[in-house]
Formats: sequence, structure tokens, C-alpha cells
Amino acid sequence: MSVTEPQTPPLPTPLADSAPDKGGPAQPLLIVRDLQKYFPVRGGILGGKKAVVQAVDGVSFEVRKGETLGIVGESGCGKSTTARLLIGLLEKDSGEIIYDGQDLGGALSLRDLRRGVQMVFQDSYASLNPRLTIEDSIAFGARIQGLSDPVGRARKLMDRVGLAPDRFAQRYPHEVSGGQRQRINIARALAMSPRLVVLDEAVSALDKSVEAQVLNLLADLRREFGLTYIFISHDLNVVRYISDRILVMYLGEVVEIAPVDDIWSSQAHPYTKSLFSAMPSMDPDNRTKEPPLAGDPPNPINPPPGCRFHTRCRFVDSVCKTKVPALRPLTAGGQHMAACHLHDLGSGHKLAGKDVLS
Amino acid sequence: MTAIDPLDMPVTEAGKGYWSGVGARLIRDPLTLICMSVIALLILSAIFAPWLGLGDPYKGSMIARLKPIGTPGHILGTDEQGRDMLARLIYGGRLTLFIGLTPVVLAFFIGGTLGIVAGYAGGWVNTLIMRTVDVFFAFPSVLLAIAISGALGAGIVNSLVSLTIVFIPPLTRVAEAVTSGVRALDYIDAARASGASALTVIRVHVIGNVLSPIFVYATSLTSVCMILAAGLSFLGIGVRPPEPEWGLMLNTLRSAIYVNPWLSALPGLMIFITSLCLNLLSDGVRSAMNVRD
Amino acid sequence: MFSYFLRRVILMLPVAFGVSVICFLLVQIAPGDPLTAIMPVDATADEQAAMRAIYGLDKPLPIQYAIWIGNLAHGDMGKSIATGRPVAGEVFGAVNNSLLLAFSAAVIAFPIGIFLGFLAGYFRDTWIDRVVTAISIAGVSVPNYWLGIVLVIIFSVNLGWLPSMGAGPGGSQDWSWDWLHMRHLVLPAVTLAVVPIGIVARTVRALAGDLLTQDFVLALYAKGMSRGDVLRHVARNAAATALSVMGLQLGYLLGGSILIETVFNWPGSGFLLSNAIFQRDLPLLQGTILVLALFFVAMNLIVDVAQAAIDPRIKRS
Repeated sequence: MSVTEPQTPPLPTPLADSAPDKGGPAQPLLIVRDLQKYFPVRGGILGGKKAVVQAVDGVSFEVRKGETLGIVGESGCGKSTTARLLIGLLEKDSGEIIYDGQDLGGALSLRDLRRGVQMVFQDSYASLNPRLTIEDSIAFGARIQGLSDPVGRARKLMDRVGLAPDRFAQRYPHEVSGGQRQRINIARALAMSPRLVVLDEAVSALDKSVEAQVLNLLADLRREFGLTYIFISHDLNVVRYISDRILVMYLGEVVEIAPVDDIWSSQAHPYTKSLFSAMPSMDPDNRTKEPPLAGDPPNPINPPPGCRFHTRCRFVDSVCKTKVPALRPLTAGGQHMAACHLHDLGSGHKLAGKDVLS
Repeated sequence: MTAIDPLDMPVTEAGKGYWSGVGARLIRDPLTLICMSVIALLILSAIFAPWLGLGDPYKGSMIARLKPIGTPGHILGTDEQGRDMLARLIYGGRLTLFIGLTPVVLAFFIGGTLGIVAGYAGGWVNTLIMRTVDVFFAFPSVLLAIAISGALGAGIVNSLVSLTIVFIPPLTRVAEAVTSGVRALDYIDAARASGASALTVIRVHVIGNVLSPIFVYATSLTSVCMILAAGLSFLGIGVRPPEPEWGLMLNTLRSAIYVNPWLSALPGLMIFITSLCLNLLSDGVRSAMNVRD
Repeated sequence: MFSYFLRRVILMLPVAFGVSVICFLLVQIAPGDPLTAIMPVDATADEQAAMRAIYGLDKPLPIQYAIWIGNLAHGDMGKSIATGRPVAGEVFGAVNNSLLLAFSAAVIAFPIGIFLGFLAGYFRDTWIDRVVTAISIAGVSVPNYWLGIVLVIIFSVNLGWLPSMGAGPGGSQDWSWDWLHMRHLVLPAVTLAVVPIGIVARTVRALAGDLLTQDFVLALYAKGMSRGDVLRHVARNAAATALSVMGLQLGYLLGGSILIETVFNWPGSGFLLSNAIFQRDLPLLQGTILVLALFFVAMNLIVDVAQAAIDPRIKRS
């Protein structure tokens, strides 16, 4: 399932009406540079701006055509804010979003971006309008985008995601199960023929058996339509199953990004390490030996200086409290990147290069 | 991936819309049906009053003043100018119901629109609209109605204006509250992410989901509005004499309180019955529409 | 707590400003020239212009508003056109009488409303609940000015037990706490109490009904607490909401007393207001409305702060 080489996928039969490829297979479908979003916190006697939540702070990554990038992290780490920035539901404060070589806000309008990028939401109850039939919900976006035969598309996609159109088209969301609603959400996202689908905890609320079905469906759809996924989840096993690469976020920052097999065999950031060690194992010989991560993440209103993880890190040194570690490849030109002073021999960390993590 | 888990199969009947459910629930609620019939009867008899074979509601008689209830030819007696009470009560429904219900309808549209805009737009638009509404909430509704009507002077249009102003703020507030609730749901984000304009999102996704609570709230205001409208006429700053209107009739008949007391209470009884039915009807509609307060 | 209070006060200022603007505009929306009431019919254009200048009516609206507010700050609400006396004096005397009536109605309404509502909530879905619900629906549906007339018919006209007019024997304006005066208070206060009885009963019923089915109540019984003690816990949880509803009702009582005061010729603010309306005495109308509305604003503030003092959750939100 997972691949470590940069893919040059056999560029797929896209969904009918997909926007044409512009940059060619080598151009990443999405490049994010220094993305930043702060939310004001109001309070005080006059209700003025009191502080800011640094929800997303200097996030950079790329998504290649045809791959699945998994994003993991604790709740409140900025995963969902990142997702909402990517589909233009929130306005970024600064940074660049480059879709297929075109800069959002420059060559690319928000409307064009929405043609190419769609999202599947977590809460399958809240993500469907209770007053619209399933068919109308799915057809809505296609109708808005002026695509041909919205109802026909909707019925075709319903069929494709495993919901017989004759039985389901005229039903209302409250009449179907959670797994079925999530299939509807997927069909709705696909109805606009996107090339990139952001799945924000798309299977987290489902029962395990239903979750597996929906994951398989997602994998099939990706292959069939040549889709690119950003898959956000807190469940490492699910992310491993579906992703090619994994990005780890902590308090609004990227701390590690690597191909799935690399990160599975060795985690380069202490935070990632704790996340993985907190994962229960089925194998009795493989007991959890690392101490699990203690406490809650610090307040994003006033994040710690230096490395944001230093308040909970077992390897903390004085440099961590003052200097922000840069996200850099572990080996020159390598794909495995981490933002930790441990891997920077020149950082001044007393354990730098000592390989304390493995 | 076409097979789905048998446990995942739907069990409900297909295609039950919201409104057919509301209708079905209303039909099974006898009290609400009775109130609906009473209101319908009042409205219909007011509209068709000229064809009901009643006496002339304007023609008085100096010798037949304040005849008691049960007088032959005047089944409900006559008023202080000798006009037939039954005719005046039925004709009186015209203005009373019109002035009692129209302001809520107008305020429903105006306040509903303002509230939906404020709730959907958020930000400074919300602040502007809602802070203005707050100011009007500083006046108890009776006081505001009397203040505006008192300043504008008596008259049907002035009553409509002042009562509409009274009921816009509460409807705006409720519409804003439900709209900001709906606005936070993912399906609104999904619709926005599909590139739909704010107007389209509101039309397709917001209105259908906020209409019932706003509507139910509006129905709960009709009884208050009736009482207030008649109250303005009772004070002499609503409908002008000699028009038949229940509040005004209650006022002019006060002089007869020692002569024929129960006769003078009749117009108020009409207001009470109407407002009671409006309240019960509103409760019935609320539960039929599954709206919680 | 103090910072919460301060924040509430600061939030109240724009509302008070808005209220004053509305009261100011009331005179502006009134049809006709405000001068016609004081000028002789045959006044020349020059005389009219001179009069306009004296009253500041030739200045733009914002300036007129500023002058009006400036005078208000000195306790000057202008002079009544009808009596020529200062508005402030007339209004405060009348508001005193209205407050007496409103508080008396509250003293009748709140205990009855709470008792009925609690009964209905405790015995939910029994005949007791249905009777209380019927009472409260009738209470909020009744036009109280009509109810006042009905009570007069029963207790004054038919039985002759209680007076139907005024605040004291022989149209006395001076209140005192003796039976000769107090018997004048009975009918208007009872009439005024009916609507809040319905509203308070309905609120308390919903509160008690909801709280009694909550898990924490079950937990209290489970740990062996007596019924009375459990009810004390429930009452404490319901107190903040019930209090705010009652506080608002007290404000509405003051506003709603206008119609009742007319029915019973009670010499309060409502009586003053209807006189002002019929004599087209706009300064008096404006002053009365302003005082009543500001009283209502202050009442809201007190309710909010009291509620926050009882319920710690409110301060944080």
C-alpha cells in the first residue's frame, strides 16, 4: 500500500470534467509554504483583542500528484485549521498555497481552487443538510460549479460509493446510517470532480467495521479516479493504512514528515516517538516500554519559546528553550525530515547526534 | 466495493419529507385542531360578515341603548349607542385580527431577514444589527408600543407601524441565534467549499433549517400582539371610533359598567378567546414542528 | 465579581445611549410642528422663527439632541406643556406609585408562580401538571385590562367589597399604609399579577421538570439523601434562571402597569403617560418613557449581576 519512492503515477483517468493538469506529473499538486493563521481571542472589560491563538504557525509541506499525505497530531494541534485553510474556508494570514503550480490569490482564484480541492468532514450528522434529499445534497456542488447533468452525476457517484440510487436518492440524511452518510459525504466531494480531497477525520466517528469499508472505498476511489488525498486523523493505524507519507503536527507546527515506512521504523522527533509508543500493540512481545506522554499540550495562546515541545520532552536541553529548530532532512537530500535539535550536530544540544531515540 | 454490510441497510420508509411529518402530527392533535378551527371561524366570519344577515354595526338607536344579552332582535344586546353587539363583535374581528396579526407577519419577514443576515455574516454586520436590537430590548414591549403609538397618534397605520417595530427585535434575536447555530455546522462549510455564493448558501442550506424555529417563535408572539393591538385601541391610541374593534369597544362600554356589566365585558372575552386559541395553536405547532425552546 | 460588574456597566452604556436617542426621536416622529401647541394660531412667520430659536428648534438634530442630553444631565427634562410644571417632578411622583403597584403585584405573583410551577414540574404528566399548565396558559393569554374590568364588575359592582378607582379615598394622591388606601391596591395588584403568575409558573415547571430528570438528582437519591435535601439541591440549581425571569418580569410589570393604571385610574406613570398622550404633551411623554426605560435597563443590570453572583458559570462565559 505504501510507497517510499516519489510516485510518477500512471496519470489516471480523472473524473469526468476534472480541471486539466497544468504543471505535469513532476509538479507537486499542492505546495504549502509558511502557512500562518492566528485567531484573536477577545476578552477583558471592553471585549477587545486580548491575545492570539497561534493555530497554524509557519507550516510548509508538499503533496505530490496521486499520493496520500497523512496528517497526525493531538487535538488542537492545528490539523483541522490547516485543512480549512487549504480549501479556502478560512483565510490565511500569510504564507503561500500553490495548487498545481498556481498561487492562490495570484494566478489562482478561490473559485478555481474550490473546483480542484474538496473536503470530507468528520461529523457525518452535521455535514449533511437535514432538509435536502441525498441526491440534492450530492448534486448541489456540481450545480453550483455549472457542471453538466448534476443529478445524473449524483446518481452515478451514489452507485459508485455503494448506495443504490433508486433506493437512496430521495431519502433524507436522518434515514440512513452513519457509514452511509459518510459515503454520501464522499460522493458529494467527488461530485465536483476535484483532484485533491482533504479528508478531515473522515472515518474517526465510524464503527471499526464500517471504518474499514469506508477506508477501502477511499483507496479504490483514489486509484480509479487518480485522486490525491490529504488524510487527517489522530488514529495512527488508519493513517498508516491509507497514507504514502505522514506529517506530524504539534501546536501549529510541523515537527516531522516522512514516508510511512520510514517513520514507522524510526521516529526522528521525540514527540512522534511518544505518539507511536502510546499506540497499543497486538503483539505481547512488543510491550509499551516508553513512558507515555504526560500532561496536556501547552496553551496555544502563549506557546513556549524555542521548540514548542520542550515542556514535555524527555531530552530537553537549554538550547531547546531558546532556539526554534528548523524542519530539515535527516540525511542530505533525504525524504525524512524532522524539526529537532537532536538531529542538528551544530545545534549545541548535548545529546545531538547521539541517537538517543532508537 | 459495491457490497455493503447488511447491518448497514436502511430500515425506514423512503422519502419522508419534514413537512409531511409536520402535517401528520398536527392532524393527530385534537386541541390544536379545535383552536385552529376557532381562529379560522373568527377570520372567516369577519371576512364574510356582510353576508351573514347581521344588523348594521354602525347604525345606533337612542331608544335601544344598552339592551341586555338575550333581547329579541339583539341576541347579544346593544351597546351604549344602541348598535347591535353581535354585529359589532363579528365586524370587530376584522380590524382586531388584522391589526393583531399583521405586525407579526411583517416583523417575521423583516426581523427574520435581519437575524439571518446577522447570524450568517457575523463580524461587524452582526454587531451593528444586534447592538441596535439590544437597545429596543431595553423597552418592555407594552411601553414601546404605547410610546410609539402615543407619539404618532391614533390610527390603523400608526398602530401597525408601532407594533411591527415592537416585534422586529425579538424575531431578529431568535433568527440570529438559530442562524449562527446552523452557520457553525459542517454542511454550511461544505456548501461554501463548493463555491456557492453567500446568497445561494443562505437560500438552499440556511433558510430551510432556521425557518421552523423562527416561525414557531413568531406564532407565539401573535397572542401578545393581539392583546397589545386591542390594548392600544383600548387606550384610545389605536383604531378611531366609530369603527368596531374589540379593544375600542371595551373602552367605550366602560361607561356602561354599572348599567349592564356583563355586556360591557363581551369584547374583552372575544380578545381572550382569540388570544388563548393563538397561544394553544402556537404550542401545537411547536410540538408538531419538533422545535424546542 | 467586581470586574464582571464593571463589564456589565460598560456594556450597558451604549444601550442607555440608544434608549435616550429613541426617546429623543419620539418627539421628532410625532406629526405636526411642536410649536403649534405653544404658539397662538395667528403668529407671524417672524414670531415663529423667534420662538424656534428660543427652543433651539432651528438647529440640526444632533445639536438639539446634545442640548437635550445636556439638560437631562442637570435633571432638567423640560416643562410639561399642559401643566407648565417641570417634567422630572411629575414623572418621579408617578413612578413611585407605579413601583408600589408593580412590587405589590410581584409579591403576589412570584410565590404563587413558583409554587404552581414546582408542583407541575414535580408531578409532571399528572392531572396536577395539566391543571397548572391550563392556569398558566390562561394567565398569559388573558388581556389584563379586560381582567381588571371583570374583577371590578365582580368585586366592586356586584359585591361592593373593594373600590374600583384611584389610590385612596376621595381621589387621594398621597399614599399611606392603612386599609383605607390599601384596599385600593388590591384589585389592580391582583390583576397585574396574573400574567407573571403564568410566566413564572411555566418557567419553574420547565426548570424543575428538566432538573429532576438529570443524572445528578438520581445520584443524590442513590447516595441516600432525603427527598427534602434533594429538592434543596434542585432549587439551588434552578435559582439563577428563575431569578432572571422574575427580574425581567418585574420590569415588565412596571411597563405593563400602564393599561392597568388606566383601568383603575391609578395615579402612576401609566396614568401620566395616557394623559400626556391625550394632551399631546410630548415633553411629558418623552420624560416618562425615558425614566421607565432606564429603570428597565437598570433592572436588567441588577438581574445579570445577581444571576452571576448565584451561578458561577455565568461569569466565565
